[in-house]
Amino acid sequence: MIATADYIRILPEIVLTLFGLIVMFVDPLLPESRNVKPLGIIALIGSLGAVAASIYQMRYPGPAFWNFVVVDNFSIFFHLLVTIAAALVIMASFEYLRVQEIRAGEYFGLILFGTVGMALMSSAVELVLIFIALEISSISTYILAGFRRRDAGSVESSLKYFLLGSFATAFFLYGIALMFGATGSTDIPQIASALRLNGAPLLAYVAYALMFVGLGFKIASAPFHVWTPDVYEGAPSPVVAFMSTAPKMAVFAVLLRILFVTESPSLLAGSRPVWFWWVWGSAAVSMTLGNLGALVQNNVKRMLAYSAIAHAGYLLVAFAAAPEAGISAAMFYAASYTAMNLGAFIVVSHFANAGERYVTLDDYTGLGRRSPLLAMTLTIFLISLIGIPATAGFFAKFYVFSAALKANLVWLTIIAVVNSAIGAYYYLRVIVAMYMRDSTQEIPVMRVPAGVTATLLCSVAAVIYLGILPGRVLEFATRSAQSLLR
Amino acid sequence: MVPLHYYLLLSAILFACGVTGFLIKRNIITIFMSIELMLNAVNLSFVAFAARWHVLSGQVFVFFVMVVAAAETAVGLAIIIAVYRTRETLNVDQVNLLKL
Repeated sequence: MIATADYIRILPEIVLTLFGLIVMFVDPLLPESRNVKPLGIIALIGSLGAVAASIYQMRYPGPAFWNFVVVDNFSIFFHLLVTIAAALVIMASFEYLRVQEIRAGEYFGLILFGTVGMALMSSAVELVLIFIALEISSISTYILAGFRRRDAGSVESSLKYFLLGSFATAFFLYGIALMFGATGSTDIPQIASALRLNGAPLLAYVAYALMFVGLGFKIASAPFHVWTPDVYEGAPSPVVAFMSTAPKMAVFAVLLRILFVTESPSLLAGSRPVWFWWVWGSAAVSMTLGNLGALVQNNVKRMLAYSAIAHAGYLLVAFAAAPEAGISAAMFYAASYTAMNLGAFIVVSHFANAGERYVTLDDYTGLGRRSPLLAMTLTIFLISLIGIPATAGFFAKFYVFSAALKANLVWLTIIAVVNSAIGAYYYLRVIVAMYMRDSTQEIPVMRVPAGVTATLLCSVAAVIYLGILPGRVLEFATRSAQSLLR
Repeated sequence: MVPLHYYLLLSAILFACGVTGFLIKRNIITIFMSIELMLNAVNLSFVAFAARWHVLSGQVFVFFVMVVAAAETAVGLAIIIAVYRTRETLNVDQVNLLKL
């Protein structure tokens, strides 16, 4: 018997799907030259409706649909994160779609459908459902990456993302199959109890490793990160803003759920989980390779791609740290990273004249004089990515590092701190170029449209709010961590 | 009756064939077929484990995987056509505009 409460527990997904369908149905009814605005507004209403639905869900915690999905603080946190990110990207895309002559119906539809998958990933507690949700989100982003289909770079980015993404998915699926073989179940809580009763057989170790390969690819952590710079460079900038935040954070939610819930008995007993050293190694290598790679980049999109790899590494440090503090630090980091990275890519997108033309560091010289507001916004995001106090990035790093120290991960913390220092160099290089060097060429800066302004205001507000008053979000994250481990 | 580990071994070998094909082949369509081979190798594992645990769910998963694989094929072939239109080649080594 399916109760009404079951449907409320997947309400955000239902709202997103409905509005995605409405966008697709309305698309052919409008003239193609003037359909961006109405379709965008429908999509925006849909994503904001999903935000509202996620908040409404808080009153109905519990499992639904035969324990396939569960609504708890943890799932609501990530629901809010991905739906807000989707709403911000939709707002910022209007002008881009008009200039690039991209068909708006499919674009907005795919963003909404992809968000369905991401939202479902954070609430699913059954591995096969997680796999399907992951594919809903991935297939949508494969297409979005190639949306400038007459541009060879965009199509190439889409192809690389697609081939390597499906390759990784196959590993994840194999991991699920072996976990099913080892425990006789694909339900995460049941896997946890089976592993506790019988101990972890060798098959379970292999399953963890394969799942980590698959998910590690999706979050762009080393050694599965090589695709990131190419894909981010070629894909349309608003899409990069989206796919470097929302799907990645959804995969982090899946990783947190799989890694921590299945190992919760040994974690609560204070011993190290079986996956500890992989996560440790992957965190250290991601931070180092990401930051070193970013140092030599001249293309700002590529630089931010390498920085995204480094940030995946910082997030994994939180995974290696103690269970409760680590989970809440990771969740806080996810929220801060989404705000600052999304904002940074939207500025890059707008400054590239929505044509992906002006993206090298030389193009950024003198931006401080030509467009003071835009330059200042980018500066706020960059200093937040460095981790300077009064911005979200500072507290995010602070919580992660202190959780790591509390767990006695001294070496990992040292690597992380050294990497933060290296990272400061290349972020500051952009700021120096904008303010202290004179421009060598005349690059017209477009008027900032209302949608981009709204997105940037929201992101800046989030970065500063999390940087000055982190308490409420952190407290919510801590409660979610407790609900996850129980 | 054929013992369980024979099926698992066959599945692992097929999966390894898929991985090898993905890594050494240069034609995009062949690479794509290698991925499909990997997914189907996993399906074999699912069915074998379903028989071992005497639960039907393992066999049902295969259908889900097939549906997902079909969706992936549709999108993948569309992307491959788009690549061919801009490059007139299906060799991955020549799809190298963005430096690795």
